[in-house]
Amino acid sequence: MSSILKYFSGLFTGIGSLLGGMAVTWKELWTKKVTQQYPENRDTLVISDRFRCELTMPHDENNEHACTACGICEMNCPNGTITVNTKMIETEDGKKKKVLDTYIWDLGMCTFCNLCVLTCPSNAIKFENTFENAVFTRSKLVQQLNHEGSKMREKKKAEKPVTPIVTVKPPVVEPVVETKAPVTESNAKTEDTAVEAKATVTEPLSEILASVAKKAKAETTEN
Amino acid sequence: MQQPLEISNLTTWLDTALRSGLPTFWVLLIEFVLVGVALLAAYAVIALILIYAERKITAFFQARIGPNRVGKYGLIQSVADMIKILLKEIVKINRADRFLFFAAPVFMIVASMLTFGAIPFGQGLHAVDFNIGVLYVTAVSSLGIIGVLLAGWSSNNKYAMIGAMRSGAQFVSYELSAGFALMTIVVLAGTMQFSTMIEGQRYCWNLFNGHISSMIAFVLYLISGHAETNRGPFDLPEAESELTAGYHTEYSGLQFGFYYLAEYLNMFIIASIATTVFLGGYLPIQVHGWDGFNQIMTYIPTYVWFFGKTAVLIFLSLWVRWSFPRLRIDQLLNLEWKYLLPINLVNILVMVIIVLSGLTLTDLLPGLF
Repeated sequence: MSSILKYFSGLFTGIGSLLGGMAVTWKELWTKKVTQQYPENRDTLVISDRFRCELTMPHDENNEHACTACGICEMNCPNGTITVNTKMIETEDGKKKKVLDTYIWDLGMCTFCNLCVLTCPSNAIKFENTFENAVFTRSKLVQQLNHEGSKMREKKKAEKPVTPIVTVKPPVVEPVVETKAPVTESNAKTEDTAVEAKATVTEPLSEILASVAKKAKAETTEN
Repeated sequence: MQQPLEISNLTTWLDTALRSGLPTFWVLLIEFVLVGVALLAAYAVIALILIYAERKITAFFQARIGPNRVGKYGLIQSVADMIKILLKEIVKINRADRFLFFAAPVFMIVASMLTFGAIPFGQGLHAVDFNIGVLYVTAVSSLGIIGVLLAGWSSNNKYAMIGAMRSGAQFVSYELSAGFALMTIVVLAGTMQFSTMIEGQRYCWNLFNGHISSMIAFVLYLISGHAETNRGPFDLPEAESELTAGYHTEYSGLQFGFYYLAEYLNMFIIASIATTVFLGGYLPIQVHGWDGFNQIMTYIPTYVWFFGKTAVLIFLSLWVRWSFPRLRIDQLLNLEWKYLLPINLVNILVMVIIVLSGLTLTDLLPGLF
């Protein structure tokens, strides 16, 4: 008897579930189509700002860039995509100075890993989201990023924005030092009460060692 | 009533024109050739339209746009595909059974073509009106499975073989259900001839006339017909993730085109038989007593009614196809032998009782229907 019940309940729940599925697809039939028709929608196309397509060196209105020609980007590039060519010039006060001559970037070899931008100490280069990079010859992929006749911006103008990596400090160390500070200070200042303190406050061995080490360090710096 | 847009006007005019100048033998010969050519052309054109419609509707179900590059809205996309498929090389398979390999697609296309010829497309657009039309259609459409089995056997390919065997099991099972569902309506209509069956549905479709029993038969016919066409959730003979392409793995070019065409035409044939048997065929919607309404409905040509109703059923089939996941072979056979067939047998009994005890809608409400 129960098997007959099971047969019919299975049949009707099956039909119900199939109809539910069809209701879902019916709604899906009228949803907005997600297809992007690329060449036609170029005007309204939205590309994320973080999308990395083309390496650029921003120049200001005086045709000045921020590149100091240090070559860190060239060293960090895993593919050897970047070549920083430098030249020596003589400044007004007679000093010799190494400045940027040509900054060559090969799009054909770039993996868009962003290491050059992350490691640049003067924030001189960045990736743009201009994605239409196709050209007809390989040689056009090799680009010079610094403009013709450009020169380096003065140091005080080029203020590097604080990167998030620098601001985030490991927060674990400080509270430990602060909480233990009164105990260690008392140990350091009054040597005669040190024995007493050790007797009363049963500190772990590691903390005692740490306080000793800190005291020794303070003495060496004073000397 | 006036029916100015009917194609039957043209055919009658042609017939009288030919008969006035030629002996009967030549008239018949010319008409046979014309009917054959017209059916073949319709076969190809309907397949092209169906391929386009399917791609578009599929795309809409998947929140895509679908073909839209070849012609306005991609309208001649399937024509381009057809030209491509005609130009492709027919690859000769090593150690395949050459004769059967070439014969298989012909079986497939001939079977669906024979069925196609017996469908009433509209008033006077009915090539052959057998007095056993339902039986003929059921018998001839099941010939197609021979093409599938031959293709699988002669390809010398294990995927094709497994696909063909699955298809055989599936087709033999579901043919039974489809036949019983049609039989239920034959009991109701009291005839196997398509033309009289359609005339009997002028004011009340068979779908409503036999009410509960008819509706069950309709759903059962749609399910089993869908399974017969190897589509939708029942496409395991060509499950591409398991069997590359199933029974037509080794076919290319025009031969593959035959299978492709036959698949779409079988979908159309199932829908059109369902239209004819359940939904009043090519007849417009008519209501007793509403003479003005009836007259307006009659102005719409009968072939428009036929293709409209068929299109609704084809859309239903596509909707089902993109809603449900593919069945396993055991689930497929369970569905047929444990559910559809018993329900069908009970249903045909219920229909006999309904008809004999005068419980059909036309008996119950003679004024209305």
